[in-house]
Amino acid sequence: MKITLFIPCFIDACFPKAGAGAVEILERLGHTVEYPRELTCCGQPAFNSGYWEESRTTAIKVLERLKDAEVVVIVSGSCGAMIKNFYPELFAGTEHEEAARTLSAKVWEFSDFLVTKLGVTDLGAQFPHKVTFHDGCHGLRELGIKQQPRTLLAHVRGLELVEMGEAESCCGFGGTFSAKFPMISTAMGENKYGSALETGAEYIVSNDSSCLMHIQGLVDRQGKPLRTIHLAELLNHR
Amino acid sequence: MTPDAAQFKKSAIKLTQDLRHRDLIRTALKKYEVVRNDKVARFQNWQSARQSAAEIKWDAINHLDTHLAEFAKHLEARGTHVHWASNAAQAREIIIGIIQERKAHSIIKSKVMTGEEIHLNEALEKEGFEVVESDLGEYIVQLRHEAPYHFVFPAMHLTRGEISDLFTKELGTAATDSPEELTMIARRVLRDKYITADIGISGANFGIAETGMISITENEGNARLTCALPKVHIALMGIEKILPKLEDLALFLPMLGTAGAGQVLTGYNTMYGGPRQPGEADGPEAFHVVLLDNKRTALLADPEQRDALHCIRCGACLNTCPIYKNIGGHSYGATYQGPIGSVITPHLRGLQQWKHLAFASSLCGACTQTCPVKINLHHHLLQTRRNAIAQKPVWWEKPLFQGLAFLFNHPALFSLGMKMGRIGQLFHPLIKATRLDPALAWTRSRELPKVAPQTFREWWQNRK
Amino acid sequence: MNERENILGRIREALSVPAPIPGAHSGEPVHAVSESEAASHIPEWLPSVGSTFEERLALFAKNAAELKADFVFHHTPEELTAKLREIAAVEGWKKVATHSHEFTNAPCDALGLPVLRTENGYDACEMEACDAGISACDALIAQTGSVLVTSQSAGGRALSVLPPHHVVIARREQLLADLPAAFALLKAKYAAAYPSLISFITGPSRTGDIERILVLGAHGPKKLTILCA
Repeated sequence: MKITLFIPCFIDACFPKAGAGAVEILERLGHTVEYPRELTCCGQPAFNSGYWEESRTTAIKVLERLKDAEVVVIVSGSCGAMIKNFYPELFAGTEHEEAARTLSAKVWEFSDFLVTKLGVTDLGAQFPHKVTFHDGCHGLRELGIKQQPRTLLAHVRGLELVEMGEAESCCGFGGTFSAKFPMISTAMGENKYGSALETGAEYIVSNDSSCLMHIQGLVDRQGKPLRTIHLAELLNHR
Repeated sequence: MTPDAAQFKKSAIKLTQDLRHRDLIRTALKKYEVVRNDKVARFQNWQSARQSAAEIKWDAINHLDTHLAEFAKHLEARGTHVHWASNAAQAREIIIGIIQERKAHSIIKSKVMTGEEIHLNEALEKEGFEVVESDLGEYIVQLRHEAPYHFVFPAMHLTRGEISDLFTKELGTAATDSPEELTMIARRVLRDKYITADIGISGANFGIAETGMISITENEGNARLTCALPKVHIALMGIEKILPKLEDLALFLPMLGTAGAGQVLTGYNTMYGGPRQPGEADGPEAFHVVLLDNKRTALLADPEQRDALHCIRCGACLNTCPIYKNIGGHSYGATYQGPIGSVITPHLRGLQQWKHLAFASSLCGACTQTCPVKINLHHHLLQTRRNAIAQKPVWWEKPLFQGLAFLFNHPALFSLGMKMGRIGQLFHPLIKATRLDPALAWTRSRELPKVAPQTFREWWQNRK
Repeated sequence: MNERENILGRIREALSVPAPIPGAHSGEPVHAVSESEAASHIPEWLPSVGSTFEERLALFAKNAAELKADFVFHHTPEELTAKLREIAAVEGWKKVATHSHEFTNAPCDALGLPVLRTENGYDACEMEACDAGISACDALIAQTGSVLVTSQSAGGRALSVLPPHHVVIARREQLLADLPAAFALLKAKYAAAYPSLISFITGPSRTGDIERILVLGAHGPKKLTILCA
């Protein structure tokens, strides 16, 4: 299968190992991976801030570039939800509405793609650590992804998965919310890493680097013994 | 920033740092979550029940004119006076008029959120009437001269110690740390009030069009007494509370109880269809229903967010909301707190003045997931942001997002930006978390992520 | 009249633009059910109840216990009367409030206590001073452990909430399966002229307003006893 990989801007810049993990895993499974370098961002920051016109400026380019793709895989639940669920809303009533719906139908979040579309659960990964999984809200509630990453983690050698309390609670990132209301965002993040610490896990794993960026920023500042890792990077450990 | 937005921010900052408050609310809401999950599990199909409730409310709201006319007709046929109020001032005038006509003085109230909305108590007290709240939580916050903290659990922010101190100060009772003793103190004080009050004022959880009844959901029996003993019963009801048929309650009463309090049914679910009828032992001589618009029709006129009028005020979205849990009910500064409040307040009280509530959300969607009538709450927050910005963009944000859009559409520039970021972050520690730091909003409490030594696109380039 | 027309006018104008039927949220199962269909399926979605009388009786008893209501099932009305006398003796009742009803008359007379009957009018303070309010009801609902009363069946509005102990006298044929059955009963029995009050009483009066800790007897009865024969 020819898979078009959409790499969100912040993964490109700060968390390239998540993207590289996805590429190597998909290639090992025998698929061809294409990376459209013209694309940088899905337009979510502007969209979430109320600037839908500016968001469309970015999103139109995504629509056009991906219109001939067979399947599109995204290593972020949040950006995946943006393209899959919010593009049709963003372009509702415009000439691009149809294109947005067409694209929506072929967009997959990485773990969902592996488990649901490809039917793969064991990637031969090894990660001898105790981890807890954080459900990014957009992946969880917009895309309905809950079991898929856990299925994948269950097949990782040496890995022990422990669920944290209030696992489905938001970490407090929320895009521009984290900068507009930093104190609320921080308090939410403290609750989140508190729940993770209680499990005794060494790592918080997630399919959303944006949540992890926020959590890692907090635990680094507050000196807590926790590390974060993207699911795709973890699954690429052999 | 508007004064309401500034107040919100100030209060939110204060409360998020109050760890005692955070703990109190989380503990209380964890108890709620446990019993709620237990009751949801008893439904044979909670998801279908939600969908059904959403569809019934859709019918009610999208044919509101005919349902309301039918509701009023049936009520009037059995001797109830139905009043129509376009705004808060009219509603207050109508209620004060009824009380004055009766030459009444003392008023007992069961919980009325629409009363909070129109600032009824202040208006009644200004006229010289004695008003006593009978719901225990409402009674406590009334004694403290503050607004309800939560529209279902009004005094959730207070510990038993604080309530004991309040009773000692206001009622002269002995200190106690027993919730039961505290409840009995209120019971004794309020029993007299029911018997001596001239007027009972209640709200309404539902209005049944088919039969002309209001339905009140409660646990304490205070509404039952408020509607039984005084000679006049006045019910203040938002026009959106309509349900088409009596049997719709077979679904809505257990859903309200389950979502609102983790009870399949709350203690008392009561339908009132008129004043005392011939042959009945007791009940008020007169029953007045005051229907309140107060900008609900403005929300109705927005088809995108019209389903916010489906809300049954169960409070489930507050109980699950991580923002609510951290900033508390009073920070909102609005009658209706939490996600549903953030959706409807900009409609009811002004978009520009209240848009900050829509922005104060991480859009996690826990509210939408829990809502028993499936209101698309977090999407509405996004739409409110869009509407507010389309009307009035923030002067510096607009060019910022235009610039970003340009940057994102030019990958070479984007790559250059990342290279510059790599250099910039070498010097960032010099200004980190100071007022010179452009990322201060982030770095005050968090470390900034670093641009990787090799970005993804560089890695991709190199491996080919 | 003027505001009525203003409000209805604004509503009609607002509704001139239709809104989509809700429910198709992303990530959630969609149940394509038409409006009329929705109502007919409600019993299938609510908490389940058994199909036999014994199952429903057991469910009612379980729910009542969970609600901290006392429920006693008797084989004959005489047994029920004896139980009521026992409760009166244990609690030391001096006076009770009730109403004239075929189910309540005999057991109340058997108490041999002063009785306040509501049908001829009553003084609220006098009722408040009674040790118990004894009433009939329209139905018991197994699904929720509720007692369905109306101002007609249960001696008015106050009798079931003003005295500190509410005792319900019911017959086994009054036990209904679920809430839809209760509303069907109300329609069948009263559609021509509904009583001015219809109430589902589910356990004794309760509150959780202080630290979400359950306290019984917030304003209404501290005890609810359901005697069924």
